[in-house]
Amino acid sequence: MTQYLLRRLGASVIVLIGISFFIFGLLHFIFPSPAIVVLGSRANRVLIAAWNKQHGFDNPWIVQYWNYMSGLIFHGNLGFAYKYDQSVASLFAERWARSAFLSGAALLLALLVAFPLGIFQAVKRNTIGDYTLTSAAFVTYAMPVFFLGLLLIQVFAFSIPIFGFEASQSNGILSIMTDWHDMTLPILTLALISIAAYSRYMRSQAIDTLAQDYIKAARAKGLPERLVLWRHLVRNASLPMVTLIGLSIPLLLSGNLITEELFNYNGLGLLFFNSLTQEDYDTLLAYTLVGAVLTVVGNYIADVALTVADPRIRLA
Amino acid sequence: MAIGSTLPPLDVSRAPEGGEVGQVQSGWRLALREFASNRLALVGVGVLVFFVLFSFVGPLFYHGQILSSDLSSTNLSPGTGHPLGTDSEGFDVLGELMKGGQASLEVGFFAALIAITIGALWGAIAGLVGGLLDSAMMRVVDILLSIPFLFVVLIIAVRYGATVLSLSMIIGFFSWLVPSRLVRGEVLTLRVRDFVSAAKTAGSSQWRLIYKHLLPNAFGVIVVNVTFQVADAILAVAALGFLGFGLHYPTVDWGDMLSNGITYMQDGYWWLIYPAGICIVLVVMSCNLIGDAMRDSLDVRLRRR
Repeated sequence: MTQYLLRRLGASVIVLIGISFFIFGLLHFIFPSPAIVVLGSRANRVLIAAWNKQHGFDNPWIVQYWNYMSGLIFHGNLGFAYKYDQSVASLFAERWARSAFLSGAALLLALLVAFPLGIFQAVKRNTIGDYTLTSAAFVTYAMPVFFLGLLLIQVFAFSIPIFGFEASQSNGILSIMTDWHDMTLPILTLALISIAAYSRYMRSQAIDTLAQDYIKAARAKGLPERLVLWRHLVRNASLPMVTLIGLSIPLLLSGNLITEELFNYNGLGLLFFNSLTQEDYDTLLAYTLVGAVLTVVGNYIADVALTVADPRIRLA
Repeated sequence: MAIGSTLPPLDVSRAPEGGEVGQVQSGWRLALREFASNRLALVGVGVLVFFVLFSFVGPLFYHGQILSSDLSSTNLSPGTGHPLGTDSEGFDVLGELMKGGQASLEVGFFAALIAITIGALWGAIAGLVGGLLDSAMMRVVDILLSIPFLFVVLIIAVRYGATVLSLSMIIGFFSWLVPSRLVRGEVLTLRVRDFVSAAKTAGSSQWRLIYKHLLPNAFGVIVVNVTFQVADAILAVAALGFLGFGLHYPTVDWGDMLSNGITYMQDGYWWLIYPAGICIVLVVMSCNLIGDAMRDSLDVRLRRR
């Protein structure tokens, strides 16, 4: 098992290096230098060249890549956001907790709902309840995040004013976490999209598991149905969910981008959106890089968790 | 089962190794019949055909203010002359919906075409050649797959501007990864089959193997994936439009229409938000329904063979 995990780790590191090359190269090609942004569009060529020289933007891109990466790895330096006049790392430090809370709460809610929902649908498959839930999941799955959010705002903030139409504007993470009035809708928006995907997947996994021989054997030996479901179905059907959660990190990240924009929630997604309009190159680079790294790390953690949880993999 | 009894008897002596043309055709016909018996899939096809007609033929019959705005009649509620009202710039919402449909469907189609072309070739080459080239090509796929797609698409779209062509290319170039993996998997099982060995023995070149033997046989996987690609591309266009980085006048996209309507949400101008949103959901859902049904019908074909 250790050998497998080490080999997998090696592959992840190679992927990480490839990602950093690709993203840095692409963004470098798109925005060769932030000089125009810093000096203004009327800066003359001499000034731009001098600025580029001073900040190292006249080096070949491989040198710039090396400087950036060594700064990132050895000093945690993610670059400088000229529009905010602040280092990207400090911008991220101010906001990451807010984004993490939004995605974390949404993911938790999604799992808590989708899990029993999928099992229920599999056990009661081809009944009215199953059809209703499947249709609901199908519609939600086809819905853009922003349209779903708007529907929720229309219903729960305007028609029946229970919740706020804007996310919490507070800076303290504690006051945000307790602000159910303003945080319910953003979390619900993000969670519903995941619930649609997870519950469909869970349902098909559970149906596959129900057809296995050990379920028949458990029933044949007279095990109460409740125990069949808990001991054999739930435990076996939940394993593939681990991988799905690892794979859904990019979905959560891009969902965050749109949800934070829609609800005006000052997290990393909104920062990325503002940096897009301001062409703040370093922030865009750092955010894309961090997103990609999170994806790789998430996949690796899912693999590790699956290996630890599943004896068939662990002992193989 | 009624379907089973109407099946033509399998001519075993004619198709000893399962690779002959006659049998493949009857397999496709079988899959088609299976597909047609799926009512949800037919609904999906119907909705999609409706939207194609609505977007491309509709403007020929409907002469609302499609390209001209009338600033003296903004935010009109639905009524005579404007079946779905007008927006804040005096454009007719129904006419805008038709134009938005054109853009969405075009981008969806072209992006899927680009993605599937690159993906199928990449996967087929990697799977057929194997060895070092295969692992190198698949590492490239791993790397690109870890990069959050929407961010890169947004950055490129903002920098170079969004047109139907540029969006199709950007989205297409970043969504060939999953199809390449699927096609590679399919090719890995196909390349050891006898008809491929026979073609090789007969002196077929690698290219001929790929386009005459491997890709046609992986066609089922490819077609199923195309429908999901179209759905994803349409969602991506809508997200770009919603964030304000989508298509510009005179092209319209549904996401952009919807985000313009948000300003008037509290005024109750529902026709600025819901028609566009419902169009997105219906088109994406019908693509997903068709894709699911095709996957099921092709699966059955495999099981019955």
